[in-house]
Amino acid sequence: MSLITTLARLEAVDSGRARPLATVCHRHLTGRPLVLVPLTTAGEAGAPLGALVGTDRDAPRLLAVAQPRDRDLRFAFLAELAEAVLPHIESAADAVEPAERSEVDPETGRRTKVEVELCADAAQLIVPSRAGIDFVRLLGRSMRFRRTAEDDPDTPYPAPARVPLLGRWLTHYGERARVPGSSLLLATTDLLNRHWATGQSSLEDQHLGALLAWIDPPPGESGAEAAFRAELARDGAGQLLCPPAGPATDPAFDNRLLAPAIEAYDRARVALAAAEDGLTADARLGELSRAEREIRSLLAAVMRPTWDAVWRGLDLARGLPEGARSQDRWTRDRWSFTAHRDRVRAGEPPQPRRDDAVTAARKLAARETAQAQVEAQEALDDPLVLAGRRLAGEAFLGEVTEVEMTYTESKRPSPRPLVTVRTDERPHLGERTKVYRSLDGKPQTAEFVGYAADLAGRHAAESVAHAAEGPAGAESALVLRITDRMGRGREPAPGSVPEPGDRIAWTLFEHDQRGGPALPEAENTPWTHGGPPGGAEEAEKPDPVTAEDLL
Amino acid sequence: MATALGSPAPFGQSQFALVRGNAFEAKVKAGGGTELLRLLFERLGAGADAPGEAVLPDLTAAGPEGRTARTALALREATASDGWTLLDHPMLALEVAGSPVYLEPDAVVVHPDGTWTVVEIKSFPMIDASADAAKVGAAARQSAVYVLALERIASVTEGARVGHRVLLVCPKDFSNLPTASVVDVRKQRAVTRRQLTRLTRIEDIAAALPEGATFDPGCTREELGTAVEAVPAAYAPECLAACELAFHCRARSRAEGAVETLGRGVRGELGGLTTVAGVLAAASGKEGDPADPTVAALRRAAALRAEALETADGGARCR
Repeated sequence: MSLITTLARLEAVDSGRARPLATVCHRHLTGRPLVLVPLTTAGEAGAPLGALVGTDRDAPRLLAVAQPRDRDLRFAFLAELAEAVLPHIESAADAVEPAERSEVDPETGRRTKVEVELCADAAQLIVPSRAGIDFVRLLGRSMRFRRTAEDDPDTPYPAPARVPLLGRWLTHYGERARVPGSSLLLATTDLLNRHWATGQSSLEDQHLGALLAWIDPPPGESGAEAAFRAELARDGAGQLLCPPAGPATDPAFDNRLLAPAIEAYDRARVALAAAEDGLTADARLGELSRAEREIRSLLAAVMRPTWDAVWRGLDLARGLPEGARSQDRWTRDRWSFTAHRDRVRAGEPPQPRRDDAVTAARKLAARETAQAQVEAQEALDDPLVLAGRRLAGEAFLGEVTEVEMTYTESKRPSPRPLVTVRTDERPHLGERTKVYRSLDGKPQTAEFVGYAADLAGRHAAESVAHAAEGPAGAESALVLRITDRMGRGREPAPGSVPEPGDRIAWTLFEHDQRGGPALPEAENTPWTHGGPPGGAEEAEKPDPVTAEDLL
Repeated sequence: MATALGSPAPFGQSQFALVRGNAFEAKVKAGGGTELLRLLFERLGAGADAPGEAVLPDLTAAGPEGRTARTALALREATASDGWTLLDHPMLALEVAGSPVYLEPDAVVVHPDGTWTVVEIKSFPMIDASADAAKVGAAARQSAVYVLALERIASVTEGARVGHRVLLVCPKDFSNLPTASVVDVRKQRAVTRRQLTRLTRIEDIAAALPEGATFDPGCTREELGTAVEAVPAAYAPECLAACELAFHCRARSRAEGAVETLGRGVRGELGGLTTVAGVLAAASGKEGDPADPTVAALRRAAALRAEALETADGGARCR
């Protein structure tokens, strides 16, 4: 946490309300996101309990598993989830626009532009918390290797038809969520924490109810009081007023409400199986569906507050104008969405259990680039984020006082104007350090020549000492030499050189990130990294199924 | 006591998790521990004969002291024998802050060569041979305490050696089949050992308390509050996940305006400034020495923040 964030948190403690950490929204929010509020059974891996899912905040679709340990019911749930999620994804996958991508021609080795399809918009998925993202990943893992009856007629316990497909999509979303700045799968807590500082620690900020209480407390109450209520307040029956955002449930809910209801359901099922004639069976079927309805209403009651909280969080984030460059990152999300769509359509196997060495290295490099990119873009979009970088000496704001034209000494001289900038900030500049400014959205590079005072002939050591020890706020004049984006002629293109009186933000970090050197194809993995990945069939073998699934 | 103080602990365990955990443990240990010993032999059994029938000594006794003594005896006998022995839920004693604490590992296996291995059975899954790092870390810390307790017994048992590698048994992927992984707990053991020697002894804490202080939950909230107040506590947000009194300490810490309520790292950033009011006063220029680098940095941060909020359309959107 940087000092400026800490200060914002302290301000929040003092004022009793969350304080802004950003002045624009740094994550792209689509007009029609799909919200998913999942619940899981305590102690079981991949045994969902229920979910609220949908794109309409007033009409979530309730999915529930009456007995989470029953494989058939679990499959029925997953099939229903596929029916709720896949149409949303497919509707986005079908709307495309033409785009260009450069590809290396395998024959000539030259890079050429290729016409490809790019999905006009990707399907966005929103979950309440970070644990929800992990759960999406877990669901993806548990489903993508399943075999349906169509894939393999002999397989025991075949999965419903669209479940493996949903598993592959959820795996893709889960992986994409690891890319910094991506908005394909967002956790509401992360979204809010990016834009507001609360008066509590970042650990406590993972509680969606408490977080919202700080950002938007009810009238007449401070954020701290409201957050405390959200964390701990219980009703007369000992149930939390603000149920956890899941996927884990509150133990008191499990023990006092859910367990008896599931027991009643089990009893009703046994009774139905034991029914001897039609009339008793009818009556007992009624009892069974009553027990099921009871469980559904219990689950709906604990998920609904979280559902509403997610939408409230989205409203709050939408209250901020969108950052100019978050659209650019969203385009990358669309590319990633389109690429996955193409892989699925091409009939490629599901993502492997473990990435091979090349894929892993490539993913890691892509995430590092994305991290640097999101940091740079957020600072450029948002003066408040830039303030943090200025405090750290990685950017500075200054007024241009003087421009002197100089030229390179070559046959065709190019302009190299010297710009004197007056600033009271203390950037970490060394000789020939490159600095950048944004010129019509493109970065213009300049290099640091020296302090004007030094250049004027004053004793260098003295002024260095002055710069290092002088009180904050002491002004210094920096001389920068602009090196690019001035056109091809001898005289710089109009508007490409700053003029005296301009106030310009310069950054010491690059605005665009270049990727590293290309990595070999997976088939050419060197032996030092395990050699080419072997046995694609091995990688996508389904999980072993055990005959008994009831613990 | 937390309830009596008005800040009840939010902990509890779901019976689903409990049932699942017990069912899994029973499955792992079923059939005289054959499956468990097979897993152990596969991963740690180098240089020994495959376990056939393991000895399962009876460890029942009256009271924790009795069970501890029984366990020590069983361990000695098992070490002297040259076969595999599985101790199901032994009882170990460890001195913590001057008073004995009884511990009950899931199982301890004695190898034919006299090595003792702690077995920890957990019900979180190992998916594609990897499990949640936080949970594995917690299991490793827990096992390290057992290893320490066992080392005390081993030091007085001839031919005994406590393995620093423990066996963590978890369900495989999404099934209920057990799989195991070896965890080296040397680091956790060293940390725990150091922490145990550094702990203030309970007698010393008690000696520092005022005469007549009591922690009886039956007392009034004020009496208890005063008694708890007398024991120094250093609250940090991490406490919330582990300590029953954390919410009480948090309320106290917040009332004092301590900056640690926002996280341990915050304290390091703010140098000598320890209260929220102090930091804000320094940042706004009302207090503090401008020559102090922390104060200077804070003022710069405050000025930059204010300027940025102002440029973003007059701060109208800032709530």
